[in-house]
Amino acid sequence: MASRQFATFEVDGQLFGVEVHTVQEVLSYNEYTPVPLAPQAVGGLFNLRGQVIAAVDLRVQLGLPRQALKGPVMNVILRGDGEPVSLLVDKIGEVVDLDDERFEPPPDTLSGPTRELVVGTFKLDGRLMLALDVIQAVDTYRATN
Amino acid sequence: MEDMGEIVGEFLMESHENLDQIDRDLVSLEQEPGSRDLISRIFRAIHTIKGTSGFLAFSRLEKLAHAGESLLSRLRDGVQPVTPDTITVLLLCIDGVRAILSSIEENGSEAEVDIETMIVKIQAQMNAPTDGAPAAAPAPAPNPAFEAEEPVSVEQEAEAVVRPAPEPVEEQRQPLGQMLVDAGAAESTDVASALQQQIEGDERKLGTILLEEGKTQPAAVNEALQSQTPKRSIADSAIRVDVELLDTLLNMVGELVLARNQLVRGVMEIGDSGLVRSAQRLGMITSELQEGIMKTRMQPIEHIWSKLPRVVRDLSNSLGKQVQLVMQGKETELDRSLLEAVKDPLTHLVRNAVDHGIEDPDKRTAAGKGTEGTLTLRAYHEGGHVAVEVADDGAGLNIERIAQKAVEKGLLRPEQVPNMDRRDIMAMVFQPGFSTAAKVTNVSGRGVGMDVVKTNIENIGGAVSVDSTPGEGTVWRLTIPLTLAIIQALTVDCADQRYVVPQVAVLELVFIDGNTTKVEYASGAPVYRLRGKLLPLVRLDRALGLEVGGDQGVYIMVLQADGRRFGLVVDRVLNTEEVVVKALNTRFKDIGLYAGATILGDGKVGLILDVSSLARRSHLAVDSERENVVDKRGSGSGSTERLLVTAVGERRVAIPLDTVTRLEEFPRDRIEHAGSREVVQYRGQILPLVRLSHLLGAYGEELEGDTVSVVVYSEGGKSVALVVDRIVDIAENSTTARRDAEEDGLVGTAVIQQRVTELLDVRRAILAADPNFYSDSMDDMLVEA
Repeated sequence: MASRQFATFEVDGQLFGVEVHTVQEVLSYNEYTPVPLAPQAVGGLFNLRGQVIAAVDLRVQLGLPRQALKGPVMNVILRGDGEPVSLLVDKIGEVVDLDDERFEPPPDTLSGPTRELVVGTFKLDGRLMLALDVIQAVDTYRATN
Repeated sequence: MEDMGEIVGEFLMESHENLDQIDRDLVSLEQEPGSRDLISRIFRAIHTIKGTSGFLAFSRLEKLAHAGESLLSRLRDGVQPVTPDTITVLLLCIDGVRAILSSIEENGSEAEVDIETMIVKIQAQMNAPTDGAPAAAPAPAPNPAFEAEEPVSVEQEAEAVVRPAPEPVEEQRQPLGQMLVDAGAAESTDVASALQQQIEGDERKLGTILLEEGKTQPAAVNEALQSQTPKRSIADSAIRVDVELLDTLLNMVGELVLARNQLVRGVMEIGDSGLVRSAQRLGMITSELQEGIMKTRMQPIEHIWSKLPRVVRDLSNSLGKQVQLVMQGKETELDRSLLEAVKDPLTHLVRNAVDHGIEDPDKRTAAGKGTEGTLTLRAYHEGGHVAVEVADDGAGLNIERIAQKAVEKGLLRPEQVPNMDRRDIMAMVFQPGFSTAAKVTNVSGRGVGMDVVKTNIENIGGAVSVDSTPGEGTVWRLTIPLTLAIIQALTVDCADQRYVVPQVAVLELVFIDGNTTKVEYASGAPVYRLRGKLLPLVRLDRALGLEVGGDQGVYIMVLQADGRRFGLVVDRVLNTEEVVVKALNTRFKDIGLYAGATILGDGKVGLILDVSSLARRSHLAVDSERENVVDKRGSGSGSTERLLVTAVGERRVAIPLDTVTRLEEFPRDRIEHAGSREVVQYRGQILPLVRLSHLLGAYGEELEGDTVSVVVYSEGGKSVALVVDRIVDIAENSTTARRDAEEDGLVGTAVIQQRVTELLDVRRAILAADPNFYSDSMDDMLVEA
């Protein structure tokens, strides 16, 4: 039975997950440089050991209001295509090992911005985890409404 | 096989270097066709390529090199003269060799390059009638005979097989005979027999034997002897280092600079004197280390200039023009990555200057100039930058045509033109899609070009400008940062965020207190009166879509981009620092306002503003308002700052013309002394003199002459005279670069008429002449004196 490892995190009470191999690291950071005129979904820039990283506000990507970015915010830093990019999330969860049999396509009732970011649903004990499409999730030029 | 790859790689690198040298030598040879030195050098270089390619079994390359060598040997032996045509064919041959080398580099094979047509051309050149030259040399009939010559060369190689595989010459001291044979100056059989004679007891030297028996030329022997004297091998004093390694080191040093900045800031806050000392020491070492690493990446600009003589030659020949190329400051060094980036724009400017700048010989004669035009490349350091100029003595830019064209293309409105600064009009040539070339040539004039030059140069944080005098020529000027990775920048605050402005764009800073200096509005467009001239203002907060603040207690950064000047309004200017430029994520490219990001001293990320796109965006936005600005500027005509440029020793010192009352010449013997001061009697007054050479510490040789030149300044019935060596000119202050002076007596330096010129602090100079000038006790002082 094939199984995959997911790093999980919460946004607005919902559990999300991305495959572990796409994640570079997870850390909390509290100083972000806003980028005026950038797409709404860009939370800001921060300094990761001398590297300038763009943080994408996952709330905005999911059609929610922006993160306040006052005080520390958790970052899930994805390896990205060529350069790392970070997802701003509310809370970090565990790394879970999931069998493919727990997978199901997203429910038909799921609609709105979230639907475009989600590739499927994993049935965990007691709750559901939505697997994110990493490329869609960091695409700040996605039409957000 | 691996080894083979390495050998081939080395061969390619070496050959490329050799070919560049051959290119240059061929162009020089055309200038001085009689130079045996040059011919021999070219011959040797080609011979080396031929030999090595034979050894590495690149037979086509060998064949082509051999053909070129055959032609060269005829030139060397004087069988046929050096003509522009032969040079052209030889250059073609070199291009062919280059093509084969690139083909080898790309796909390891030399098969695809067509050498046959080239060989035919070379042959045709060898068979060309050479008015009465002896036809003694083997004049092979067309193709078949030439092919038949191949085996001969193979035989020669076979003879030469005695020596080990060709190795770089400097590594070993070769016997004279060998060198003569290699250089083709003696037959190996003759050398062998001469050697035999020596063995048999002939005590003469080898060269002497050969000379006395008429088997070789004295010049060839001389040359061989000279190159025999051991040179300090390059291998002893330099090593080749992988560029990637240097790049990595540079990155690490960049990080170190950042860490240092953070540490120093932290230590200053703590204030422990011991720590401060250590931090300062660390700072110094870091700076030195940074400088050292930078140096390793520096290369003289000659590297990219070396190809230009050939470009100029080919182009001017094809256009029927005569152009002399002058290079000044070719040892000026630039970071290698920048050199790469500058190469194409520079080549374009050079081609453009030959194509459009310099006129046809007829036109030049008609204009009373020599038939030969001069193209001058000049490179020099200026502040933290390198300036590269491409200057021609051609017809100059036609400002009316440019304006007309700009109107036609919709870049300007007709009513804007009369009030525009001529430099602003000239800068229109950098607009995309702009070309005034009357006819489109394959060289330039396709409307892609100057805007690409500008974009490329700005991409590396540089700037480009143009100035031109009708009938006298045009100067294109590139200002390039010394290095790409670390730039001098000003940090500013705007709406509680910190931004970084590259210092190359900053001309000066003005503080707006709201009383003596203030922001005014021309029908809604903010402007500032900068020395009487209206400066359009861009509010950074508005440009960034942030909350717009007030007009008081703010700073105006006078910036220059796209040949236009504008003022950027920010809340606060913090300091200048060196910042390490980090590329911005591609997702921010579309915004266009940012040139990159950097890590600031406090560890936060700061955005580096892209000044020229700020200017572009803002000019678009205020376009309708700009008209008013222009109109107003027009009505206040004569408000342009004009400067009197004087010579003081070796220096050029500029004095604002509106502070000049009169220019006078006084006979030297009219200078009298009043106490320690020098004075002259002038219109019934006693006029105190101050020698600017003393004031500015420019103790050059005091000019001998019967008269002295002075600049008289009068105010409220009092006058002083500033003594200069010479009045040079009156110039518009069309500042392209300016920085604050570190020296007493100056308010700054600027580039005026392409020369660095110091701006005199007039008030300070006046006070030096007369400490009481601005108080009322002047008469008393003079009486006292």
